[in-house]
This record gives sequence, C-alpha cells and structure tokens, in this order.
Amino acid sequence: MNAIGIIFANLHERNIPELTRSRTIGSVPFGCRYRLIDFTLSNMVNSGITDVRVVTQYNYQSLMDHIGSGKDWDLARRSGGIKVLPPNVRYNQNYTGGAHSRLESLMGIAASISHIKEDYVIMADCDGICNIDLDDLLRDHIKNNADITMMVKRQTLCGPLSDTATIVTADENGKITDLAMNPKYAEGEQDVALNITVINTSYLQNVVQEAIAHGFTSLTRDVMMRNKNERNYRIYRYDGAFATISSMEDYYATSMELIKNTVFREALFGIAQRPILTKVRNSAPTRYTDGSAAKNSLIADGCTIDGTVENCILFRGVKIGRGAVVKNCILFQDTVVGENVFMNCVISDKNTVIRDGNVLSGHPSKPYYIGKNQML
Amino acid sequence: MFQKKECVVMLLAGGQGSRLYTLTETTAKPAVQFGGKYRIIDFPLSNCINSGLDTVGVLTQYQPLVLNEYIGNGQPWDLDRSRGGVMVLPPYQGKKGADWYSGTANAIYQNLNFIDRYDPDYVLILSGDHIYKMDYAAMLDYHKKMNADCTISVLEVPLSEASRFGIMNTDENGKIYEFEEKPKKPKSTKASMGIYIFNAKLLREYLIADEADKSSQKDFGKNIIPKMLDDGRAMYAYPFAGYWKDVGTIASLWEANMDLLGEKPSFDLYDKNWRIFSRTSARPPQFVGEDARITGSMMSEGCEIHGYVENSVLFDGVYVAPGAVVRDSVIMSGTRIEAGARVEYSIIDADTTICAGAVVGEKNDGAKIAVVGTKLRVPAGMVIAAGEMVNEAKLEELKNGGND
Repeated sequence: MNAIGIIFANLHERNIPELTRSRTIGSVPFGCRYRLIDFTLSNMVNSGITDVRVVTQYNYQSLMDHIGSGKDWDLARRSGGIKVLPPNVRYNQNYTGGAHSRLESLMGIAASISHIKEDYVIMADCDGICNIDLDDLLRDHIKNNADITMMVKRQTLCGPLSDTATIVTADENGKITDLAMNPKYAEGEQDVALNITVINTSYLQNVVQEAIAHGFTSLTRDVMMRNKNERNYRIYRYDGAFATISSMEDYYATSMELIKNTVFREALFGIAQRPILTKVRNSAPTRYTDGSAAKNSLIADGCTIDGTVENCILFRGVKIGRGAVVKNCILFQDTVVGENVFMNCVISDKNTVIRDGNVLSGHPSKPYYIGKNQML
Repeated sequence: MFQKKECVVMLLAGGQGSRLYTLTETTAKPAVQFGGKYRIIDFPLSNCINSGLDTVGVLTQYQPLVLNEYIGNGQPWDLDRSRGGVMVLPPYQGKKGADWYSGTANAIYQNLNFIDRYDPDYVLILSGDHIYKMDYAAMLDYHKKMNADCTISVLEVPLSEASRFGIMNTDENGKIYEFEEKPKKPKSTKASMGIYIFNAKLLREYLIADEADKSSQKDFGKNIIPKMLDDGRAMYAYPFAGYWKDVGTIASLWEANMDLLGEKPSFDLYDKNWRIFSRTSARPPQFVGEDARITGSMMSEGCEIHGYVENSVLFDGVYVAPGAVVRDSVIMSGTRIEAGARVEYSIIDADTTICAGAVVGEKNDGAKIAVVGTKLRVPAGMVIAAGEMVNEAKLEELKNGGND
C-alpha cells in the first residue's frame, strides 16, 4: 500500500477521565482482550500498511508496554514497522505541556513527517471502534484526486453532541463545503466525521510547515476552513459498524453492545481475513468450575469462574469467587471478585480486588467505577 | 562465530505416535494439541526456557509441516535468539548419502555438528511426548554434584505398573547398577522418563562407536545406556517428583486433559512462576450465550457456546450450538458441534463438524474413548459408537454401512 499510518494516541482522552488517568486513550482496555488502539492499528495492518507512527503526549508507558516491538501486529520490521513518537522535548527549551490537537501533534513530529516516502498518509484516532478496509478509502481518495478525504458516517442526530464531534457538509459530488467543529447541538441527517482521514504526503508536509510558521493549532479550523474553496477536500461515506467512545456512558454502552448485538460483534470480530490483533499475553485457558453459571457474556482467557456471571465482559485473568453473582459488569484484567459478592453495572479497572460479601451497584447510564489497584 | 554454551538441549520430536491413531495421521506427535491451547511440545520447550536453557535443537522427521510451522523462529518461547535459540533439525543429505533418522541415538549422531558448534560441556536429551513441568537446571546441578557421566531422570511408579517402563536399579546413592527395559519382575520402581544429561565429550565418543556397530539399533535405551553401564560409567538416577504423563495413547491423552479440570487440578497451568508458553492465533474472546451451561470445563478464546458443556476441554474457536451436549470430551480447535448433537467420552480433532443430531461416543462402565479425526464432517444423525476410531476412510465405511 502506498501509504503510511499516523495514529493519535492521546486525542480526546478528557472525554473519559477515569479510564485515562494513568493511560492514553489508545491503551484503554476494551472488549475482553483488546486496547482501543488495536482496532485502528489492525485496520491499518489488515489494509496492507507496514509503516505506522503513533503520536503520543503523556501517560504513554502503558501504550509503549502494549505495543512493544510491534511483533504482535507484524510491525517489527527492518524497514518501516511501528514507531512510538513521544514529545520531542529539548533540555534547553521549556516544555509547554504537549499538543492538544491533531495539528499540534503533527507539528511535534514534523521531522518524522518530512521523511515519508509513500505518497499518502492515513491518520486516525483511537476512540473509534470499527473493522474497516482502508484500501477502499485510499482508492476513493486517489480516484477523486483529492487533497484530503475525510471518512464520515451519515447519522440521524437529535440533541446534544459530544465535545469532540465534527459535522461535515459536502455537495452532491462529495466535495466538502463546510465543517462544524464541536457543535453542541445538531439535528437531522448529518455526516459526522469518523476521524479517519487520508492526506497527500506532500500536502501534509506543506500544511505542517505553514502551521509552524503561522502558529496554527487546528487542522479543521486553521487549515481546512480557510482553504476549502481552493482545495479538493472530500468526504468518503462509510455505512458499516462504527462506535465512537466519547464518554464513560458510551464506553459502557458500546461494551454491552458487543454482547447484545450479534451483528456488531460479527462486524468487528467475525471477518476471517481481518482479525483484530493485540498483544499476546499467554494466559492459560479459562476454567469453569462446578459452581459456575455463565451466560450472555464475553470472556477472555486465563479466567477462573466459580460463581454466576451474566451480561458481563471479563478481561484476562479475572477470578469470580464461589457464590458471587456478577451482572452487567466490565471487569478489567486480573480483577478478583471474592465469594458471595453481588455486583451490578460495575466497571473495575486492572488488579482490583472486591473482597468477600460486598454488594456494589451502579446504573447503565452511570456505571460504578473502581480505580486501578484498589481493594474494596 | 558461535558462543560457547554450557548445555545444549536436543529434543527428539520425530516420533510418529502411531498409538494416537488418526490424531497423528497428518501431524507428528509433539504437535498434537493438548490442554485447550497448547501442543505437547510446548511443555518441554517452556521447561527449557524456564530452566534458563536457550539452545535447543528439535529433531523432526515424521510429518513435520505443522510442527515446523508451529515452532517457527521460536518467538513464543523467547527462543528467537541471535546466539542459540531454537533450531529445527530435519534429516539431511550428506556427502556420503542421505539417511533418515534410524533411531534416537542415530538422530543425535547425525546432528553432532550442531552440538559441536556450541562446544557444550553437557547435552540434555528430551523427548517431545510428555506433559510435565521440570527444572532441568536442578537436574544439571545434580549431575555436576554427583560428578556423573550420565544422569537419567526417574519417576517413582507403582510396582504393579513398573513392568511397562524402563526401570533403573540403583544403590543408596542413586548410582545406577542395572537397567531393565520393561522387566517382568521389576526390582525397583524408578522408571526412566527418557530425559538424559550426558557429558558432551563422552556422548560424542559413544555415539560414534554405536554408529560403527552394525548390530546396534541406534537407540539410547537399548544401546547407549546399556553400553555405558557395561563400561562402568558413573550413571545416576535423578529423582523427579511431580506430575508427569506420557501421552502416547488415546486413553492417556484423554486422562492428561482431564487432569487439568476440577477445583484443584492435578496439573496446574496457572502457575505464574512456571508458565507454559504457546503460539496462539488471534481469536476474539469466548462468547457464552443465553442458553449456555458450562461446568467443570476449560476453554479458550474464540469459542462460542450455546449448548451444554460438562467436564470437557475445548480448544480455541470451538462452536457448540444450542441444544448440543459435550460431556467428558476433548474438542480441538475450530470444531463445530451442531444443534442437538451429543459428544461424550470422545476426542474430536481440529476443524471437524459434528452435524445436527449426530451422536459420538458414550460414557458407560468400561467404554473406550471415541476419536474423530481432523477436517471431517460427521453427517446429521450418524451414531459413532464408543471406542470407535474415525478417520476419512472409516467415516466413508460408516456412511455406506448406513445405506445397506
């Protein structure tokens, strides 16, 4: 594929502050055994991209630990492969706290961008969950001789939007005529940006140089809005399964959708040629003892289930004690649930311990969250 | 330039394993699936890396495709090294002609050049058909402490079963004075586990001498060990205590899988200090459906369960349809048990489909385990009796038999 990938691992993490307190949004656990970045990364790898650059600003230790050498995505390569690009801090310069937007992130890796040999760059965030063939997007971009092509999804909106949504307006040929950044409220049929974008490499290099020279900070506002008449910016409509995680409620609902919605689950995990790849943890298989009663749940390897589990997402190495009843919960890696515990609508972060006999309950719109390494 | 290694491991993985019938028709025994996500060879390989031994030659011969592909560059076991690591050693053509490995000793003899490159002091010989966790470093320490020429790992077996094994008769210091292969009247209960440590130089001499001996069967147990005993070499038995199972038969393979189940399994795969590594495929999490009922079982990622699963081991990607029943069985990767089918007391190999309403195996007193081979389609409603061994040919026969 004549493109490289750039992934923004930190963008929009303030949408879910609980889960991103000690990690990037890219390394937020999702779906029993994945991190959010796995979807973006697998989409790129499965589409034939072999050079991926992950831009990150802070909290990136878990991200680097997850990605490692990149071998789990076949990205440990002599040429290309995966590179994690943390902020380029010089010791005689005051560090201003990193980039907050896509354009600032790109300015931070200007040196890396100036060396791209491929003709196109596909940029993506980590908060979109999907299994997409990016080749179709790139073909469309090339065919239309575009400068930038934004992937959008037609949605019927009514009411408030998340802080990070962008609404795109295009003419009947697909040329972008207007962009609305973070509108608080929208109604009717709209094209919502999925934050997967193709840009010509030479154009990207120009944009970054211009932005540095003029102090631009936003790709949408300072670049695309200013040049929308002269430049060929286009949309590419995608109508498959796509979920954006822009709040804790979204996170919970999308996780539960994996259990309830077979179509959504199959669209993510059921495509043999496009598996979602993740770091191999080498857990033993999951054990169900004689006291176990599990139903309607997604369960990773390495768990021991001694109690009742219903409508749950269990990550690797979770232990459910004898007599415990766990319903509608999302339990991250190595959570230990003691004997005779009752839990409903709880999200427990990594290495949480819920001791024997506790009763915990949240609500689907406000799941009860237990922080990393806590013991109750 | 090769770095000297104190100990080089030679893993014998060429065995056909004919007593596993259809399970080894297209794969070598060490590549047979075990324990929900492993293959038999994962156990000796993981033991090696956990014991700090990082130079392993794997001798392959019979149906090596799956095994070679599985071992690959050794990455899952951290054996992808620039110095040492894992190396697959198939038989090869030399100047004097080509030779299959004609016995365990001959296989090592043909690869003396591999051993010589690392100039080792010791050579550890393993076989790829046992399930166990063992610290080979402790055995090597024992070998050095005893100042031994050869150390053989032994397991205490019940006297009643001793006549099935190679038995080591030792003095009170553990020095072996006699070796008896499957003795009718065993004098001791120390059974050889087929794990040997030799002083490298001495092993070299004996292998060369054995190769020259036309009457020899080129086998460690039959030739090399007895010859060394005759010569009065210092040979010691290293006592091993713990779980060890030869999975060379259908019954023992089934039993070893069942040993992983239950509240306190006799073999623990969850020990963080002695992890068993394996090459895994990218599969989504297991999905347990609305009507599923799972007890006393173990299963891997990619499984989708809507039926009833009891006391069974399911590998990755197994599908159990609504109303299907799986009991006391081992179901390997990617196999589908369709609606209303019943599988009991069976081993079903990978990528096979048991169609709706079919019945495989039966659990009753004295019943034998039924086996269905890989990539087969057992048609709807077919009944496969307990103890039946079904491969492609047998399946055709059963289908035709039904029409008569």
